[in-house]
Amino acid sequence: MSLQRRRKLIPWMFALPGLLWLLLFFAIPLINQAQVSLMSGDPEAGYTLTWAFDTYTNAISDYHEQFLRSFLYAGIATVVDLIIAFPLAYFMAYKAGRWRNLMLLLVVLPFFMSYVLRTVAWQLILADHGWVVERLRDVGLVSADGRVLATGTAVVAGISYNFLPFMVLPLYVALERIDRRFVEAATDLYASRATAFRKVTLPLAIPGIFAGSLLVFIPATGDYINAALLGTSKQYMIGNVVQSKFLTVLDYPTAAALSFILMTVILVGIAIYSRLLGTRTLTEAAV
Amino acid sequence: MSARDRTRNWLLGIWSAAALLYLFIPVFLIVLFSFNDNKGRFNFTWQGFTLDHWAHPFRDPDLAKALVTSLEIAALTTLGAVALGTFLALALTRYRFRGRGPANFAVFLPMATPEVVLGASLLAMFLVVGIDTGFWTIVIAHIMFTVSYVVVTVRARLEGMDPFIEEAAQDLGAGVWTTFFKVTFPMIAPGVVAAAVLAAAISIDDYVVTSFNAGQTQTFPLFIFGATRQGVPAEVNVLGTMLLLGVLVLMGLNLLVQKALNRRDRGIAAEPPSGTPTQAELEPAAA
Repeated sequence: MSLQRRRKLIPWMFALPGLLWLLLFFAIPLINQAQVSLMSGDPEAGYTLTWAFDTYTNAISDYHEQFLRSFLYAGIATVVDLIIAFPLAYFMAYKAGRWRNLMLLLVVLPFFMSYVLRTVAWQLILADHGWVVERLRDVGLVSADGRVLATGTAVVAGISYNFLPFMVLPLYVALERIDRRFVEAATDLYASRATAFRKVTLPLAIPGIFAGSLLVFIPATGDYINAALLGTSKQYMIGNVVQSKFLTVLDYPTAAALSFILMTVILVGIAIYSRLLGTRTLTEAAV
Repeated sequence: MSARDRTRNWLLGIWSAAALLYLFIPVFLIVLFSFNDNKGRFNFTWQGFTLDHWAHPFRDPDLAKALVTSLEIAALTTLGAVALGTFLALALTRYRFRGRGPANFAVFLPMATPEVVLGASLLAMFLVVGIDTGFWTIVIAHIMFTVSYVVVTVRARLEGMDPFIEEAAQDLGAGVWTTFFKVTFPMIAPGVVAAAVLAAAISIDDYVVTSFNAGQTQTFPLFIFGATRQGVPAEVNVLGTMLLLGVLVLMGLNLLVQKALNRRDRGIAAEPPSGTPTQAELEPAAA
């Protein structure tokens, strides 16, 4: 084999094992899942492929409520995280000085405490006779016999909390990369601080806002730990349904159809969102 | 600096401090309640200080076994994902080859897919093929969804590195493997270590994908989730805190080793800032 030919093979030699793994355990399962979603039968007799498209229509009519709730909770959590994270990221990028690295470490650190355990800690924080709920009662935000735990608020609070670092980090990176001379130029040209922020800093931070929102929204829509631990069946999200269909009811076609719909909606959503924000390609934005 | 600017900076600082505090309250509570002298099964109210749980963290044999299983899975996952992901990252940054675009997309897609879809589709395939789920299917699943994070982390390091050093080695007659082990690997080592810490942390902490592919195998997060109904024992808080401290120690060591190496190699290669997980976490989100 000529040297030229060999050189061409090198990247493949490096990439192939990893790509094969993704093909075998990511791509093929997804294709297989599409097939499973079109099967019919029951857990005892087994399932056969019958091209049963009505599984999809049934899944949507039976579970549109959980779907909508997933997108609603995830959407609120994304906005809440953006509001909390933007000033923090801004501070870290421009004002923190020598505290910057310490602050970055502090943002990542909670990640390394068990996710399930952190969510259990929220049960404690939002407990009916806990300090937080008592104070909320004092100021009248919660009625005397009202509770926070086992409500949508608790689930959204848990989701916002758990995914907050995913919003802070990309925002920080985007802000930190902005050449401050652009802002100086704007103020030199008599733009007010607010205008300079709105016309210069904010547009340049859009890739960070885009990446952060996706990194929060995507895992949040599929999440079911927060709904399971902080809510009741009335707060169940689509992840809870998929999980119980798959592992408890053993209704594989419905579970497969539901997760397929979820994935499709998310991918279409990313495409529209990236158009709206003018980010050029998906991979570029998220990687 | 005008008084208005100073007020603005103060507000930003207070907001940031509050946001960090918010991130830390659950972590702080988990650590605090690992010292709680709780009577009965529930660990929700403070009943006095004890070191008892720290003295006997492995009292519950099921818990001890679950933790050991999680550590074993994390070790195997880290090995697999780092091996596959490092070479994949190398192929994607250092070579232009046909199929590079789709390969990039294949790396991006698992990160854009909700975990519940990843877990469910993989289980569906194991069911169809007739593979019993358990320890090894968890390892397979974990490698599948951590590879992308390794690629992104290592790629961030590679992009900050001068490719001409590798070309120089090859011009001087070093083969592909010699170049990799003598030149590339030593330079990207901090990035690889950061990727390894990240992969291990994601693996140890994963609940969703694991719950689908675990069969009868019990991991640390599965144990905690299962225990939420009867009350999570305080030993779980102890072990969670230990894991957090373990990660901190690893990150610190990585930093120290890097600093020592930088001191030794000063002048050979211009080093980008350290590749701790902090840095690693930032890069995937960067546009």
